Amino acid sequence: MTMLAVNNLVAGHGLLTAVRDVSLRVHTGEVLGVIGANGAGKTTLFRTLAGVHPATSGTILLDGEDVSALSPSRRVASGIAMVPEGRRLFVDMTVRENLQIAGENGRAGPWTLESVLDALPSLLPLLKVLTGGLSGGQRQAVAIGRALMSNPRVLLLDEVSLGLSPVAIEGLYEQLAGLKARGDTAMVVVEQDLDRAMQFSDRVVCMLEGHIALEGLPQVLGKQAITDAYFGLAQGDIAYA
Amino acid sequence: MLDALIQGILLGGYYAILAAGLSLMFGVVRFINLAHGDLAILGAYLVLFAVEVLGLSPWVAVAAVLPVMALLGWVLQATLFARTIKGGFLLPLLTTFGLGAVLQNGMFGLFGSDAKSLGNHIGNLSWASWQLPFGITLGQLPVITFAVAVAVLGSLQLVLSFSKLGRAIRATASDPEAAELSGIDARAVHRAAAAIATALAGLAGAFLAMRALISPYAGPTQLIFAFEAVVIGGIGSLWGTLIGGIVLGVAQSFGATISAQGFQLAGHLVFLGVLAARLYLAHGRNHGGWRAALRLPRRAPSAQIPSTVTEGQP
Repeated sequence: MTMLAVNNLVAGHGLLTAVRDVSLRVHTGEVLGVIGANGAGKTTLFRTLAGVHPATSGTILLDGEDVSALSPSRRVASGIAMVPEGRRLFVDMTVRENLQIAGENGRAGPWTLESVLDALPSLLPLLKVLTGGLSGGQRQAVAIGRALMSNPRVLLLDEVSLGLSPVAIEGLYEQLAGLKARGDTAMVVVEQDLDRAMQFSDRVVCMLEGHIALEGLPQVLGKQAITDAYFGLAQGDIAYA
Repeated sequence: MLDALIQGILLGGYYAILAAGLSLMFGVVRFINLAHGDLAILGAYLVLFAVEVLGLSPWVAVAAVLPVMALLGWVLQATLFARTIKGGFLLPLLTTFGLGAVLQNGMFGLFGSDAKSLGNHIGNLSWASWQLPFGITLGQLPVITFAVAVAVLGSLQLVLSFSKLGRAIRATASDPEAAELSGIDARAVHRAAAAIATALAGLAGAFLAMRALISPYAGPTQLIFAFEAVVIGGIGSLWGTLIGGIVLGVAQSFGATISAQGFQLAGHLVFLGVLAARLYLAHGRNHGGWRAALRLPRRAPSAQIPSTVTEGQP
């Protein structure tokens, strides 16, 4: 079942078009990996999907309903949650308050404080700590927990492992794998580690200069094709697998 | 001397109510409302109208005017303030400066230029007092004003700390975009903050009209006092606002014992002194300065780091 459908999305910063005619589909329970160099338009794409960046044209459908005109908070209420680049936690509030805020303003559903803490047990001892004092891995866990608290149908994870230690990344992906195994959420993930992205994603899209240069199953495409698309070596012929 | 101190502290309660709204608007909406003093005077005139024309008792009138002021604040934020914020930092100042002029002249047209007071309508409360040992006289109205200030700021603090709206307000103040991404309608939160701030201005105006004469053009002076209380107490802290109001009130009260003109002068001097000290300390912190020379620990920077910063290390 297609949960998120993006049709011909265009977005830019002033004269610069950062996202050019991007179309993609994500199904419930599926993980779509977005791969691309810095400046390829990944973050602008995510911010446009979440509604904090205006789309120039194109439509965003959530479970068949057009959410293109909704404000970010309305999109959260209808089921799109984003873990933004840089976490963007409320640093002068506790972990519990950060989670609580998304819980009481988001969509109703199975995720509660208890079930989020079950899924992210590392947060349990930190509930009363101000998030400003946490480590990068802990902050990322809070940011993911905060997004889950709003009971998303589509979870957008931007630069999940940026700035984390290898141990923290390992722990993070264990928790994300648990989330993936539940099969009730569509996930779109930006990950700079190509091996990690290919291993965790069911399907990948490679972005180059704002458009999708390559799309397909990671095992079928192979690392070489993805690397070529990453660096723009296979320009012109868009491949589908 | 002791008498001046006590009168000053009690006067600080009034300044705290007036300044709390200004501080809330700046802390949450990042908006400086130069019409705050004029809104306070408008609140006072509305209370006077309810008492003199509608025949309500003064306290009932105050209770009736507060929701009206809150609604006015909500509407102002929704129709005017939110639009001006998009136009950069200068536009809100110009717009609210103009709004202040509109309010002043509007009140002049509606209510006339006569100085008015609620003092005639609150019976002997205007002059009633308690006699304490050591020859100290406590006016009942200043004590009530101070008690209301503590109660209002205290309940506002409770709301901010423990309610859903309070959490939403703090989250929006800290990072409006992240608040939106957590499902909070930041515009609605801004309107709620403006409603609270304007109701507080109206409450302060009512207390001003009980102890003093008001005229349509009295707003800007009150705005200056509110600004001074906010700057002395520190922006973004309700209890800091109360302390700022008390410091300002005490300074004015001591100034008044020296000479009649000393009332305002002493308040302004303390404000300038605190402002200069803050600038000097900030300069010293930024450049090492005497803090480094004295090997004092740097202030914990956590509160100053914007939440948008991406942490480089785990």
